[in-house]
Amino acid sequence: MDAMTRLKDAVIAGARGLYLAIVSLVGSIVLFVFSVVSIAFLLLGVGFLTTPVVLTGVRKYADAHRARADEWSGVRIASPYRPFPAGMRRGLTGQVERCSLMLKDTATWRDLQWLLVNMTAGFVVAILAPALLLYMLYGWVLALGVWEPIHNAGGGEWYAWIHVTSQSTANQAAALGVGFFLLGVLVNTSLVRSHFLLARAFLAPTSAMRERQLAERVDRLTETRHDAVDNSAAELRRIERDLHDGAQARLVAMGMDLGTVEALIETDPARAKQLLAKARHDSGEALTELRDLVRGIHPPVLAERGLGDAVKALALRMPVPAEVDVELPGRVEAPVESAAYFAVSESLTNAIKHAGADRIWVDVHHADGMLRIAVTDNGKGGAVLGAGSGLSGIERRLGTFDGVLAVSSPAGGPTMVTMEIPCALF
Amino acid sequence: MRVVLAEDLFLLRDGLVRMLEAFDFEIAAAVESGPELTKALAELRPDVAVVDVRLPPSHTDEGLQCALAARRARPGLPVLVLSQHVEQLYARELLADGTGGVGYLLKDRVFDAAQFVDAVRRVAAGGTAMDPQVIQQLLSRRSSDQPLGALTPREREVLELMAQGRSNAAIASQLVVTERAIAKHTSNIFGKLGLPVSDDDNRRVLAVLAYLDQGR
Repeated sequence: MDAMTRLKDAVIAGARGLYLAIVSLVGSIVLFVFSVVSIAFLLLGVGFLTTPVVLTGVRKYADAHRARADEWSGVRIASPYRPFPAGMRRGLTGQVERCSLMLKDTATWRDLQWLLVNMTAGFVVAILAPALLLYMLYGWVLALGVWEPIHNAGGGEWYAWIHVTSQSTANQAAALGVGFFLLGVLVNTSLVRSHFLLARAFLAPTSAMRERQLAERVDRLTETRHDAVDNSAAELRRIERDLHDGAQARLVAMGMDLGTVEALIETDPARAKQLLAKARHDSGEALTELRDLVRGIHPPVLAERGLGDAVKALALRMPVPAEVDVELPGRVEAPVESAAYFAVSESLTNAIKHAGADRIWVDVHHADGMLRIAVTDNGKGGAVLGAGSGLSGIERRLGTFDGVLAVSSPAGGPTMVTMEIPCALF
Repeated sequence: MRVVLAEDLFLLRDGLVRMLEAFDFEIAAAVESGPELTKALAELRPDVAVVDVRLPPSHTDEGLQCALAARRARPGLPVLVLSQHVEQLYARELLADGTGGVGYLLKDRVFDAAQFVDAVRRVAAGGTAMDPQVIQQLLSRRSSDQPLGALTPREREVLELMAQGRSNAAIASQLVVTERAIAKHTSNIFGKLGLPVSDDDNRRVLAVLAYLDQGR
């Protein structure tokens, strides 16, 4: 690394150190005081209302610090907070519930410890970075003659450990300043990094927390696997029934007709011809049924072109105009592709059948290892998750791949269904 | 008339060869994969190509891609694409260059040999042959829109057949009316859709499809 980039990095680190020092000091003190006061007020009851708000603030502050640690120093700090259970109540009871959940979370108490550390050690480590660079200026100011009036006025001026009483001591101070500057250039980036490493000691999940997170994940996986198995069993039953009642029955009828034709062909050619026409018609019907069945299992365009074009083809079949915007530089894994396709298909059907939309917008793109799909319509809104709606079907389908579904649908519309599935492109 | 045929299933390929030969087509080559098709189209320069959408080695839409590439290399090369399913997306891609000489049919259409052979001839002559399913999808989706809504049921019927690529004479015989009546319907349709009148079958279809493409 050449000297210029080193210097540049050091100056950037100095500026970041200054920012961190200020934010650490002010933010930590304010949030710590608020938290302590709010928790103390639990005894009066008021604390139940304020504590969740303050603690949420603390979490946001800590999360911002986590994000900055990764961005500035490449220090990754995982988030340790326990997720809130689904279906939290609203209003006062919900607030009290949330308050007790947050207070029971070890991560909350570690956050508070970190606030204390951050306003002291964290501040000192951070402020060193800009100080090392800027202190040189003061040494130079002294050496350029400013030492004299201070000394004459009786001020016993110290520059670090040097007592500045003459030009030569002032020159020494300037030289020491240069030393500090050089030291700063060498260690500034490490100082900022140390600040974040210090934060990591408190903000990262402990091994006990990680174990608990793993256990929770295993529970979730067990549940989604259960759903997946149930879904595919139901799907297989449907396919079996469709084949049995549809195409298979038609082929049997065709075989019988052909048998009759064989018997009749000489004695009653006219009737035989009629039956042949019927057999041909039946074969066409059987093909149509098989085609529909295949479309229900794995649509041909999806297999041939992938998710983007399959969604476009889907939009073309919609009875109302649907605008599709796709940004996918590669193919998604087949199972995810298929889940996403059927999720979009279901959302489109909902938009037309239930929301009565006459315009639909579909946006499909991939960023940061996430496949994101948004289906928006101008219908009457009022769609809700759960309660056996088609939307929970989609949610379960996506859950198998750790995907999530969010629905925003105020009464009167518009409805926006957003899906996110973690997956890689290839 | 020389035909290059691409179909990976042996039974269907064999059946198609026999059917086309029975109707006095000359089979220049009957191949079973995308690369072979590309080679045959470039070297044998057939009058028409009959191509399955899905071909080895990729088993995706290789046949369609080869056909489109061949048409880019030799504009207007007549291509009839067969598929197990029909997608408007593919129909649009085939029609996109607007030069005609394209067809896109469900594989089942070969059951009716006479109609199928008629479609091959139409495509070879620079016309179009669109599967009724494609046309129905197109018409149904715009059914609520003006000015298509202004068409009478009979005119819609005529438009549907016209969009498939049929000539006035063929439409007349199918609907059991005189050719003059059809001519009158067509000019009404063009009037209502605001399209310039043309005697060319192929341009009629493209005009209809272009209209259906609008406003998307």
